[in-house]
Amino acid sequence: MNVLGDILSLTIIFTVPLLLVALGGMFSERSGVVNIALEGIMVIGALVSFLYMSKIRDSAFAAATPVLATLTGVAVAAVAGMVFALLLAFASIHLKADQTIGGTALNMFAPAFAILLTWTIQGQGQTAIYTPPWARISPTVFGADLQNLNFFQRVFLKEFFITTPLAIFILILVIIVLYKTKFGLRLRSCGEHPQAADSVGVNVYFMRYAGVGISGLLGGIGGFAYALAAGAGFSATVSGYGFLALAVMIFGNWKPLRIVGAASLFAFFKVISAMATAIPFLPSFQKISGGEYIYLMVPYVVTMIVLAFTSKRSRAPKASGIPYDKGAR
Amino acid sequence: MSDYVVEMLHITKDFPGVKANDDITLQLKKGEIHALLGENGAGKSTLMSVLFGLYQPDGGHIKIRAKEVKINNPNDANALGIGMVHQHFKLVEVFTVLDNIILGAEPAKAGFIQRSDAKKRLEKISKQYGLRVEPDALIEDISVGMQQRVEILKMLYRENEILIFDEPTAVLTPQEIEELMVIMRNFAKEGKSILFITHKLNEIMAVADRCTVLRKGCLVGTVEVKNITKEQLSKMMVGRDINFTVKKKQIGKGNKILEVKHLTIASRLHKNNAVKDVSFDVYGGEIVCIAGIDGNGQTELGYGIIGLEKAASGDIVFKGKTITKSAIKKRETEGLSHIPEDRHKYGLILDYSLEENLVLARYRQKDFQKGGFIRFKNIRTYAKKLIENYDIRCGQGAVTKVRSMSGGNQQKAIVAREIDKQPDLLLAVQPTRGLDVGAIEYIHERLVEVRDSGRAVLLISLELDEVMNVPDRILVMYEGEIVAELTPEQTTVEEMGLYMSGVKRQPRFRKATEGLR
Repeated sequence: MNVLGDILSLTIIFTVPLLLVALGGMFSERSGVVNIALEGIMVIGALVSFLYMSKIRDSAFAAATPVLATLTGVAVAAVAGMVFALLLAFASIHLKADQTIGGTALNMFAPAFAILLTWTIQGQGQTAIYTPPWARISPTVFGADLQNLNFFQRVFLKEFFITTPLAIFILILVIIVLYKTKFGLRLRSCGEHPQAADSVGVNVYFMRYAGVGISGLLGGIGGFAYALAAGAGFSATVSGYGFLALAVMIFGNWKPLRIVGAASLFAFFKVISAMATAIPFLPSFQKISGGEYIYLMVPYVVTMIVLAFTSKRSRAPKASGIPYDKGAR
Repeated sequence: MSDYVVEMLHITKDFPGVKANDDITLQLKKGEIHALLGENGAGKSTLMSVLFGLYQPDGGHIKIRAKEVKINNPNDANALGIGMVHQHFKLVEVFTVLDNIILGAEPAKAGFIQRSDAKKRLEKISKQYGLRVEPDALIEDISVGMQQRVEILKMLYRENEILIFDEPTAVLTPQEIEELMVIMRNFAKEGKSILFITHKLNEIMAVADRCTVLRKGCLVGTVEVKNITKEQLSKMMVGRDINFTVKKKQIGKGNKILEVKHLTIASRLHKNNAVKDVSFDVYGGEIVCIAGIDGNGQTELGYGIIGLEKAASGDIVFKGKTITKSAIKKRETEGLSHIPEDRHKYGLILDYSLEENLVLARYRQKDFQKGGFIRFKNIRTYAKKLIENYDIRCGQGAVTKVRSMSGGNQQKAIVAREIDKQPDLLLAVQPTRGLDVGAIEYIHERLVEVRDSGRAVLLISLELDEVMNVPDRILVMYEGEIVAELTPEQTTVEEMGLYMSGVKRQPRFRKATEGLR
């Protein structure tokens, strides 16, 4: 029972970054820009916010109000992600560059930049930026007894970061913005039929900038949430989570609620792979040298299998990936 | 003062290399239906795009209700009460009818869309003009005629007084066209002013008050429709006399060339079959036309015969041999030629040169290759011959990039390639789509030549003029089945419309589910 509780608990905290980043990708694609740079955006978001967090690590502000301090970290991540994403927006909307190439360039740039900046600040070879202890909210805050957690507390409180409730809040906000507001309707029209949007006076370029900007914002927060969930700290990588988030978005059919389902599924397999040795009934492959890595492949193998079977039925926004040219008829 | 609502005075618009509009003046009176007539490339769309704010004119000016204005974008046009139904609908397929209508003009409180208010308003407008729609249906689920209605409602929702219709009848059935004409007359009666872009003369004669004719970017003139004949109009448009009736030689029925037996083809768009148990024959020396409204299985039938789509059941027999499962290449070498519906997708490689395109299906022949190496010299000679014989106009001769050629000349290139193969059966799918009268006349003559030489033509067409004029026999398709066989001399457009829309069905073509034939 305890193992199950731990698995579910970890699933939740790993769902959070996948969900946020996939929702970000969705905003971008729904506005008509394929955002393959999510991985890079996550790295930059995590990098800048963690540098900030380590800066305020011992400050009186953090000691007095740790939750507020973490939230300022979230804000820093959001801004950093957005600024980075606007590079992609500029290239793909303004310069009408190929969106895949632009995104790939940013993905290659981000981890290299992360190492460079971390080493410059922390010294050669010091790649990891450690998570301040106050970033995690202890179950004791909610009056739970650390030695004696019940199942419910184990699932929801053992690993608890402020990013979890924040993600739920963002999810609700996203659904409302996308389907209930003028902005959402216009944004979606730009990803489906930009000529139609233009003909009724919607500014397609602005909407696409907004879509990519929001994806950077959510991607940055997602990077921060990933680095929190990863445990010790951030070391210049989000280990393919940005790409996994793309898969989540596709599996989720570019719809927020289905993305929640997809994100939890992928997170669950991620946790299973990490905790395989602690799960009693799974075989351990001791005879194969390096057998411990077999389970680490699971989430990625599942990604491939799931996409192979579902991507045929999924329906991407029609104009996603096509630069909009006002002149073309 | 004038009673003109729109005056476009001395409008000039240059594109690199072409003068799309050269000193064109067009004046629209309040409450009139004003047709804008011209061939493809005559500058109609450019002129309307200038009025709608999509392009800025290089010269001339625009007055709306006697006030000079500058229209920078569609928003400005909208603010001046100008609305447009585009030729290719500007609708988001996965949105509802309502969302499409309000997009860009959403009633909103603090950014939140007030859909129920919008719906009430839409229902009121629908009732007022008799334009019924289902507000919650998705665009992709409704018919093309309905989609056009949504476009019209979009203009009415924005209270536009000046309505531009860009080739609105191209996609409609005869009955729907009739309805649209009534709707347009109603609008005119209400005091709205209508600009109606078309190259169909019959429609101008039926509905327009005045007509402005453009040719090659220049103004030919503006005429009162009641004082002019169709022939005079067409001469203004093309600059020469046009033959509307196709002349055919008297020639006996030849051998059976194509036999389609109980052919069924699955659809890619929906779960039903696109072609359902279709049987017919085509003989040498005749043109058989498959008529019907777009989307009733004609395209798939054409694909099935040429081999782009697999038959689910049934057989295709060509010159006595079953070819149901043969590769496309085999069918082509056996004597089947194909003028495809989508010339850009299946007909040409746009970034190849004209000569390369002209040998696309023949490069394997001995004349054009030796041991796998292409014999460009022979290809050049051959291409020059075709360009000459088929009057293909191209900037740089045989090496012209096909993309840079006009639609009519691209189509001529395909026609040249396919007919020069001396096929026993020419399958021509929508061969005149989007072409102007001059080019249409030319292509019809070529089709008749093939027929007159004793070979067979299977024509698949959506154009009623073509269906009534060109073939010897007409087969009408409705929902994947053949519902009638007619001869053009013994039928009328109205009767055919009834078959095309499924209202009537000849007794010998009973529904497949009603038992065996």
